[in-house]
Parts: sequence; C-alpha cells; structure tokens
Amino acid sequence: MNPIGAVARNTFREAIRDRILFSLVFFAAAMIGAAILFTQMSFAIDAEALINFSLTALTLFGIIIAVFLGNQLVAKEIERRTLYTLLAHPVRRWQFVLGKYAGLLLTLLVNCGLMALAFVLALSYVLHGTHPGEGNLAAALLFIFLQLALVTALALLFSCFSSPVLAAVFSLALFLVGNFADDLRAMGRTTQHVPAKLLALGCSYLLPNFSDLNVVTAASHFQPIRLSLVFLNTGYVVVYAGALLLAACAILEGRDLK
Amino acid sequence: MIAIECTQLTKDYPVGFWRQRPRRALDQLSLQVEAGEIFGFLGHNGAGKTTTLKLLLRLVYPTAGTARILGKPIGDPRLARQIGYLPEAPYFYDYLTCRELLAYYAELAGVAPATREADVRVALRRLGMESFADLSLRKCSKGMLQRVGLAQAIVHRPAVVFLDEPMSGLDPIGRREVRDLMLELKAQGTTIFFSTHILSDAEQICDRVAILQQGCLRGMGRLEELLAEPRPEVEVVWMPASNRPLPEAWASAAQLLSQNGQRRSVVASCELWNWLDALRAHGGRLISLTPLRRSLEEVYFQDAPPKDASGGAA
Repeated sequence: MNPIGAVARNTFREAIRDRILFSLVFFAAAMIGAAILFTQMSFAIDAEALINFSLTALTLFGIIIAVFLGNQLVAKEIERRTLYTLLAHPVRRWQFVLGKYAGLLLTLLVNCGLMALAFVLALSYVLHGTHPGEGNLAAALLFIFLQLALVTALALLFSCFSSPVLAAVFSLALFLVGNFADDLRAMGRTTQHVPAKLLALGCSYLLPNFSDLNVVTAASHFQPIRLSLVFLNTGYVVVYAGALLLAACAILEGRDLK
Repeated sequence: MIAIECTQLTKDYPVGFWRQRPRRALDQLSLQVEAGEIFGFLGHNGAGKTTTLKLLLRLVYPTAGTARILGKPIGDPRLARQIGYLPEAPYFYDYLTCRELLAYYAELAGVAPATREADVRVALRRLGMESFADLSLRKCSKGMLQRVGLAQAIVHRPAVVFLDEPMSGLDPIGRREVRDLMLELKAQGTTIFFSTHILSDAEQICDRVAILQQGCLRGMGRLEELLAEPRPEVEVVWMPASNRPLPEAWASAAQLLSQNGQRRSVVASCELWNWLDALRAHGGRLISLTPLRRSLEEVYFQDAPPKDASGGAA
C-alpha cells in the first residue's frame, strides 16, 4: 500500500473529472486556427510566430491550470474537511502533500503533453515536415513543464497556510517577480549603493528564477540551447521545488486542523 | 482491556489577531473506555466533543496531557489502521461514486486489493447503500452522505470507531439502522466512541456515557448507575373516597388517569408518610407507589449548567 500513490491517483482523477482538460480543446482549436492563419503568410514569419505564440500560450495555460489547481490542493481539503477523514487513515501529512503534488504534476504532464502534441501537429502542418529546431523545441517544452512544477510547488506551499485566493495571488506574484530575477541580479551587480546591491542580489537568489526557464524567444529564433542549461535548470527546479515541498510538509505537520 | 485512555488532555486555541490569547476548549479531560463498549460522549454544541475527537485522531495537537488508543500513544502511525472515523456533517469527494470513495479509503486503510472489492460491497450492504453504489456523491442526499460516511469508517474493519454526531441528518428509520449497526459492531467486539447531543440515542445504546460541559468533564459512568440513583420523588397512584369532596390542593396537583377517578401524584420522598396519612384520613385508596428513576436528560441537565451565551469549544 502506497498512500502517496493513492492520493496522487485520486488527485489526477479529480482533475480529469473537474473537466480541467477541456482547456485542451480550446488550446488545440487555437493552434489549428493559428496554423491555418499563418500559412497565409511567408515561411520565415509563420514558423517564428507560430512557435512564439504557441509556447507562450502553452506557458500561460499551464500556469493558470497550475495555480488554479495547486492553490486548492490543501486549502480546499481543509475547508471541506475531506482532509480529516483522509488523515484518520494511515496517511501521514507529508505523504498527503507529496501525493497531492505528484497527482498534480501528472495532471500537468498529461495536459502539457496533449497541448504540445497539438502544437507539434500545427507546426508540422505549417512547415510541411521537419524543421531545424526540434531539439530547441523539446528543451523549451521541458522548461515550460519545469516552470509549472515550480509554480505548483509554490501554490501548494501557500495553500498550506492561507486561503485559496491568497495562495493564487502569492503564487502568481512570485511567478511574475521570478521572471525578472535575472534583471534583479544584473541590477544588483551594477549598482554602487551597498544596501540596494545586497537586497537586489539577495532577492534574486532567493526568489524562484523563472527567467532562466524562459527560452521561448531563443526557441522561436532557432538559437541553440545548451545541454548544460537543461541540466542546470532541471537540477535547480528539483532542488527549489523540493525545498518548497519540505516547507509545505513542515507547515502542515505542525498545523491544527480546526 | 482499555481501548481509549485520555489523561489530563487539554487543548487551548489561540484567539485574537494581534494579541493572541488562549481559549480553553478542553480542560484536563481524563477518561477510559473499555474495549468493546459503546461510549457516549454527551454535550451541547461547543462543549468540546469534536475537539476531543480531533485530539484523539491527531487532527489537532494537545496543549497538555496524553492519550492512548489500544495501548499505543495516539501519534503511533500503526494505530490509524485500527481506527475508523466519521466526522460531523461529512463532506466527501463529490466527483467519486459511493463505491469509488469506499475503495479509495479502503486502499488508504491498507485493505488488500484481493479483498477490497468484497469489503466495499459488505460495507455498502450494511448501510443499505447497495443500490446507490454507483451514484455520484454530488447527487447524494444528506442522509445518504451520512451513511457513506459510516460505511467508510467501517470498511476496513477497525477495532475502534469514532463517530461524531452519527445520527445527524438521518430520518427515524436511518437512525434506527445506525443504532442497529452500532450494536452489531459492538457484538463483533468493536469499541465505539460517539459524540452526540441527542440524549435519547445515547440512552438507548450506550454502555457508559461522559458528559462534557464547556470543555470540562461533568460526569461519567454506566448508564444504569447514572440512572439508578433515585430521584427524591415517588409516583403515587390513588383513588379518592367516593363520598367525600376532594381537597382543592390535591385536585390541582394530581393528574386524572382514568374515568373512574384514578389519579397520579408525584410526592417528595420526605413528605411521603405525611401524604399517605392524609390520604388515609381522607378515606382514599392507595393503588401503587413507584420510586422515580432519573432519565438521562435529567442527569444531563443536572450536570450541565445553562449554556453560556459566549459559546464554547469547536
């Protein structure tokens, strides 16, 4: 018996039955529509535009789904008291947190996988076959999934001690700020004002760095993405999300479920 | 064997935003529940019943004191397999069917895959839910949800079952079925700890009860002991003399029982002999004398002072 697996499967089942994946239909329709529209333009423009548009849309959809589902993971279970019955069974609180996270990652993986499939089909239709940037596209898709994994971990952490609305606001705010982490670091390096330098550098290292995970522009312009960046980004997300999950487990473990 | 044991169990909740101060929800509760008995935990809303259950299930942590279930400390992870719990006004994953929900909880409780389906079927049958097994929980009535909640509490055949207001939301037939189920579980050796503010339910099935008032234990014991303590009153059934007028004071205090003039009076025990002398002097006839026993409701209201308007625990 594996409580983490059971909770993960149930979370996935909930997401499927909550019709979250219906968003895919909308996304797929948008892809096909965009593909048909872009084929009316020149080759050089339509490939770039389609890749840029599709990857941005994929990120946006994914983030919305991750925040929407993630912030309700724990808060909704406490609010509706379903967590009480669950924890009366041989399920530890940390197992519940990890199970929820795993279930949501699985949901996002399926969701993103299907959206990516729609994107690839549309791209193939536009380009009538292969194009030189498959490796870049695969890396860009992986990075989008890593962003979603990080946002989900943030949402999960916040939902352990705040309401679903606040958890969503906090997660989105950190996602937006995290997209400027590189700018913040550059500012910290150039400024001469010591307190501002320390603050900017400290925040840039502490905040989740989403800017390094955003390679949409590079992918759409067929610029090479280094393999080392793939490993570094993956390692970074694993460590950062792991730390967030540890904090979420510790918070829920010490919390009275009134 | 002692199934549940609380020692000086205390819980304070912080109240206030800036300057938090503790509010005592449960105050040094000490009790023992024998294995195989039905133990009623009585108290009005806010008396601390749900807090006690949550403490025993580690949903909230005690401020002080300890508790053991089946001889193990309540934090022991092995314990959860032997426990069933029905929360008050349960809400379940409404995207599941009754059968799926029970299968999910059975899996979490460690029921082997080979027997899981059969155990789910048995639990559904015991609660009369077989025909609704594949009904989505979002389409279930309150009473049906209560039954599903009871089914999930027993699907893994626990040794101890905690039920928080199990009769809530049930019609009279459903209440009787739940009472029968509790008696059936007891016959199988299951210990049942259930909270209620419906005294008649407790009176009908409990071996022992505890009365909680504003977080404090006000009384505890076997029902027959609590109820056996005589009331200082006697019920007298008597017949007045046919040839004399009945004194006014007697006529207003006595209840007419039958057309032939038989009457019933409740007399204080200390006044009984004087009352009987007066009856004899009047020429009346004594039919029966019955010492009155207390009902659980009287015990409860004697032990429980009037509810404070400020409320109490969760």
